[in-house]
Amino acid sequence: MKQRQWDALRLPLIAVALGLLVGCILIVLAGNNPATAYWALVKGSLSGVTELGRTLDKATPLVMGGLAVAVAFKAGLFNIGGQGQLLLGAAVAAYFGFRFSMPTVIHLPLAMAMGGLAAGLLGWLVGVLKATRGTHEVITTIMLNFVAANLTDWLTSRDGPWKDPESGAIARTPLVNESAEIPRLGGLPTGFLVAVLAAGICWWVFEKTNFGFEVRTTGLNPKAARYAGIKTQRIIVTTMVMSAFLAGVGGAIETQGVAGRFQPGFNTGLGFDGITIALLARTNPLAVVPAALLIGAMDAGSTLMQAEADVAPEIISVIQASILFFIAAPSVVRFIVRMRSDAATDDDMRLSSGWGA
Amino acid sequence: MTTSVLRARGLTKRFPGVLANDSVDLDLNRGEIVGLLGENGAGKSTLVKMLFGVYEPDEGTMEIGGEPADISGPADAIAKGMGMVHQHFQLVGPLTVADNVVLGAEPRSGLFIDEKAAVESVRELSEKFGLDVDPGAVVEDLPVGVQQRVEILKALYRGADILILDEPSAVLTPQETDELLEVMRGLAATGVGIIFITHKLREILAVTDRVVVMRGGAVVGAADTAGSTQEGLAELMVGRPVIFRVEKDQAVPGPTVLYVQGLVARDDRDQRALDNISLQVRSGEIVGVAGVEGNGQRELVETLTGLRRITSGTITIDGEDVTRASPRDIHRLGVGHVPEDREKDGLVSSYSVADNLVLNRYFKKPFSKSGLRDFAAIARNAEKLVADYGVATPAITTGVGTLSGGNKQKVIVARELSETTSLVVASQPTRGVDVGSIEFIHEQLVSARDQGAGVLLVSAELDEIFSLADRIVVLYRGRVVGDMPAADATVEQVGLLMAGAVDA
Ligand SMILES: Nc1ncnc2c1ncn2[C@@H]1O[C@H](COP(=O)(O)OP(=O)(O)OP(=O)(O)O)[C@@H](O)[C@H]1O
Ligand SMILES: [Mg+2]
Repeated sequence: MKQRQWDALRLPLIAVALGLLVGCILIVLAGNNPATAYWALVKGSLSGVTELGRTLDKATPLVMGGLAVAVAFKAGLFNIGGQGQLLLGAAVAAYFGFRFSMPTVIHLPLAMAMGGLAAGLLGWLVGVLKATRGTHEVITTIMLNFVAANLTDWLTSRDGPWKDPESGAIARTPLVNESAEIPRLGGLPTGFLVAVLAAGICWWVFEKTNFGFEVRTTGLNPKAARYAGIKTQRIIVTTMVMSAFLAGVGGAIETQGVAGRFQPGFNTGLGFDGITIALLARTNPLAVVPAALLIGAMDAGSTLMQAEADVAPEIISVIQASILFFIAAPSVVRFIVRMRSDAATDDDMRLSSGWGA
Repeated sequence: MTTSVLRARGLTKRFPGVLANDSVDLDLNRGEIVGLLGENGAGKSTLVKMLFGVYEPDEGTMEIGGEPADISGPADAIAKGMGMVHQHFQLVGPLTVADNVVLGAEPRSGLFIDEKAAVESVRELSEKFGLDVDPGAVVEDLPVGVQQRVEILKALYRGADILILDEPSAVLTPQETDELLEVMRGLAATGVGIIFITHKLREILAVTDRVVVMRGGAVVGAADTAGSTQEGLAELMVGRPVIFRVEKDQAVPGPTVLYVQGLVARDDRDQRALDNISLQVRSGEIVGVAGVEGNGQRELVETLTGLRRITSGTITIDGEDVTRASPRDIHRLGVGHVPEDREKDGLVSSYSVADNLVLNRYFKKPFSKSGLRDFAAIARNAEKLVADYGVATPAITTGVGTLSGGNKQKVIVARELSETTSLVVASQPTRGVDVGSIEFIHEQLVSARDQGAGVLLVSAELDEIFSLADRIVVLYRGRVVGDMPAADATVEQVGLLMAGAVDA
């Protein structure tokens, strides 16, 4: 058992180490001191309540985006639409946040749920197209990213119905009402707890429930799933809705807990980081939390790194992309660190075949 | 004079919880065919995978052609003159035979692949070794037996003088098997050394020069084939005498359980695969479906179990119309289904043995309580079935994918037969299973019958049909061309019907 846990951890840890190594080399090549840079990174993300708060802020939508990708993966689906789903969730939550006012106990969760449901609708579309027409979800989710981006742009644009009337030329929604705001506890965002709770629920669903078993079976072997009497088409639709819902709630938390409103451009890229995180977590919902914290901490610390070590924050993106590369290409890692495995696990195969299949 | 082409000494391989190979020695000479026999899980596949560099031995040494050899992987093994035909072919479907054979080692003219030279060298090879294939044919259109020949050609093209065949006949029709044995003889005559794994003693006796028997990871015996008998080899393999005849009483058929009327269905290529099939299975009888593979058996089984849409016709099980029923509805009527392709249809290879043993009933009590899985009940079910059906596995938490082929089959049989009440649909239930376990699975089918289930047995093995069936139905081109009591049938007659030679 110990051995297996170590095996599961080994690849992600090595990928992170190799990613940091790549960063190190680039920093040196740019004529800076990697030790100073990485130390600044740590300080900028962990050294105090403000820093920690910033890390948690960054990590929250990442947990949700990571869960969205991980959940879809369980059913053998590759959800690249996290970005669009997150945008839509953020915008719709903002609308319900500023447009209505009611007691917090209702308003806060309602706005969040509406954000999730709006995104879930996108997921439903993807799932139905996949289940009934066989349209590949990678294609449809990418296309819906554009739809969602343009739709939310328009909603907040000059003649958009959700535009903040006081913002002049700036495209954004008004601030959400206080009753829809996610409170902070001593400077730390409680939205993060919601994300952790979501991760726990996802884990529980996949490990303990029949539904989770059906989803995993569908993802691992659709033919065997049908043979076992599982309605795989229904599973595909449900899982896509669930996946998109999670991304949408991630956007809603961003609106209600961090930005206070929806503003196009604020959330750029968050949805795509979900892919890195889900792969780093090897699609285990619980592992998504530390993976998101790691990526979030890098994002949070990058400003201080620039200030203290004069290293461009883009380096962080390069490190994150390298981590994704090493995770997605386990054979490359095996080659680099000379691991020879007797039996590639199904997870490995699924991760690397999910792209094309 | 004999020249050693392969010499393995003390090969040992451990997997978590199993000693899969325990200091195994193996010799192969030029032009020799060595049969490798052993129960499911004895370690045969593990041994040849070490030889071919798929697994790294924990201990032991190898010599190839008298030289010490350290094989770092399959590519290295190929470079050192080995070829292996896996059970799952590694061919590119849309490409031609010639392209597949030369793939990765193409003859070139300038920057381009020299198609002419490729076709020519494949033609030469196939003539030289008597492997009849059309180099221009597209691989995915070819029958399984011919695809296998393409795999063998691939190895020969790369200059293999050691050929490893791991249960090659498991996917072949009896006719194709005979052709394969012929090919093997031809190859051996030209000096190729062959290691041949099979569970069919008939094949061992027909083609090998020597037999090596494994049990529990170790070599427990070796003998020259001349002078060996089926009974002797079986006993050496299993450790007890094996009865090749199925013991069963006269069937006492009851009411009709399965009633199929005018069934028409299409295959995956949208061709009519079932053409107006009518048949019945009564409780307490075994109906054997004989036929050359690809004459509608797969589609018949799939329609009966709810996995394939029906164009027209009706299916009734236990008086209920199930023509449009889902697999789950049919399961609920007490129907067990042993699917033809166990890896693809019947198992989830990364799941544990325990999860696979509830794959068809995870949603029912006691395995599920208000939507939650009851792991204690799932474990109890697994412990019981593993013990009752003699599944060799280190633990019930072991991934099914790591079990040996025959033990995977036992997992499916255990799951499908342990709960069946009305009908068993079994497709090739003993494919890849050792003689001892075949005996066991046959007993289980007979006992399901004796407890009042109807059994529909689809098998490519006439032996199996004749030893089990009470009634025989022959399929040819999607039609029932024969339906007779087994007692009245002769092998010759059924063989002719299968070939479409006579109209019943
Ligand atoms: N990759 C693996 N990981 C863990 N255990 C394995 C693995 N491969 C084989 N085993 C175990 O090693 C033992 C030998 O298996 P092997 O496949 O060599 O048997 P076999 O003789 O080929 O059986 P069969 O006739 O059923 O194909 C079995 O107990 C099996 O469970
Ligand atoms: Mg084997």
